[in-house]
Amino acid sequence: MIIVGENINTSRRSIAEAVEKRDAEFICKTARDQAEAGAHYIDVNAGTFLNQEVDCLCWLVETVQNEVALPLCLDSPNPKALAEAIKRHKGEPMINSISLEEDRFQSLLPVITSQPCHVVALCMAQTSMPTTIEERVQVGSELIKRLTNTGIPLEKIYVDPLVQPVSVGTRMGIATLGAIYKIMKDFPGVNTICGLSNISFGLPERRLINRNFLTLCISYGLSAAILDPTDKQLMATLLAVEMLLGQDEYCEDFIGAYRNGRITGG
Amino acid sequence: MSDFKALTEAVIKGDVKMAVAETQSALDAGSNVQDIIDKGLIATMDEVGERFSKGLIFVPQMLRSAKTMQGCMKLLEPLFQEGNVTSKGKVLIGTVKGDLHDIGKNLVSMMMEGAGFTITDLGVGVPPEKFVQKAQEVEPDIVAMSALLSTTMPAMSQTIEALQEAGIRDKVKVMIGGAPVTDKYAHEIKADSYASDAGSAVSKAKKLLGIS
Repeated sequence: MIIVGENINTSRRSIAEAVEKRDAEFICKTARDQAEAGAHYIDVNAGTFLNQEVDCLCWLVETVQNEVALPLCLDSPNPKALAEAIKRHKGEPMINSISLEEDRFQSLLPVITSQPCHVVALCMAQTSMPTTIEERVQVGSELIKRLTNTGIPLEKIYVDPLVQPVSVGTRMGIATLGAIYKIMKDFPGVNTICGLSNISFGLPERRLINRNFLTLCISYGLSAAILDPTDKQLMATLLAVEMLLGQDEYCEDFIGAYRNGRITGG
Repeated sequence: MSDFKALTEAVIKGDVKMAVAETQSALDAGSNVQDIIDKGLIATMDEVGERFSKGLIFVPQMLRSAKTMQGCMKLLEPLFQEGNVTSKGKVLIGTVKGDLHDIGKNLVSMMMEGAGFTITDLGVGVPPEKFVQKAQEVEPDIVAMSALLSTTMPAMSQTIEALQEAGIRDKVKVMIGGAPVTDKYAHEIKADSYASDAGSAVSKAKKLLGIS
């Protein structure tokens, strides 16, 4: 499971304040904590800064990569911000995200083909959000075709099937799960990725719901997740499920995380 | 409200069957349509919205109550006659240009409808000129906009400017909402109000129009 640490996002108040004050120390600690907890990518998102997003995102890229030797997940729907951030990034970043919305697709194309990178392909159609499994698979397949046609290898594409709250539609959970399963089956080698917290919008005990949703996603084939790796209960769930699905030889990762105190059962 | 106790209970529970049956028996007993709507349905949905805003109930429960009310309204609508049912006001709502998120906007629509407003829903990805054109056509009291992306928030400001240019900005109240939207942003772009959830959207709308 590829883990993208989600904690550096200016929609969180403490991060917004740190970015505002250019408090590198706080940002570095947040990055380091996630790296030590097992993140493979560190997500950086400065979306709430609107007009200053480009500057803020670039500052985050440089600050975080000074601290941890990991690639970043450059997180913005804004092609301009991504174009500037990717120039400052060392190594191969993950670009989050492109979609089938035509403007967004066309303006991001030069960015993602400018240098080697991994790309999150969000299952958002030209004019609407998909609701069913079939709509998601259709949009995802189209994105995979268009991206591979531009020369991006299948294994660098991360299809995000889009997670919508189960509180507003009883079948929203199964729609995501079904799409993960079908896309992984139809395109061997491709990745699927999603965030977890949308699933529990409008409901109590959200962390419990998110954890259980992660379990289901992994068992339906999800290969990457955007989450808080410092959440020890969530990471315990992730590692236990991988182990139970036969993806952890000699249970090494699970035992290692237990020994290091990175997971907790309760 | 005591007249409609069973109806109130059915709407709060979200039991469509029972609520429709109670609406029918209220009609049979001679209650007038406006009373059933105001004292039975709208008063109950106000209560539901308040409970939601306080965190006492959750989204599925609120949705269920709203759908139950819609079921009752279907029974009552054929009985509407010119002038015998009054609206709290007209609301024009949509998710702004470049943004396809509809969940928040739909929840707000539903709760506004539940509160007795007449809703014109323009859907998602609505460009400023569409808001203006429809506003000229239906002459709403409120124009409500939703944005879920920081990149599409500026379209709210553009829509307000477009209303200004069309000379109808002072004829409507503008409300905005959505995850990245804040009270501060509403001030910046000179919107009249910001609402953080579907329940408070109703109370803010009423406040804007001076309805208690």
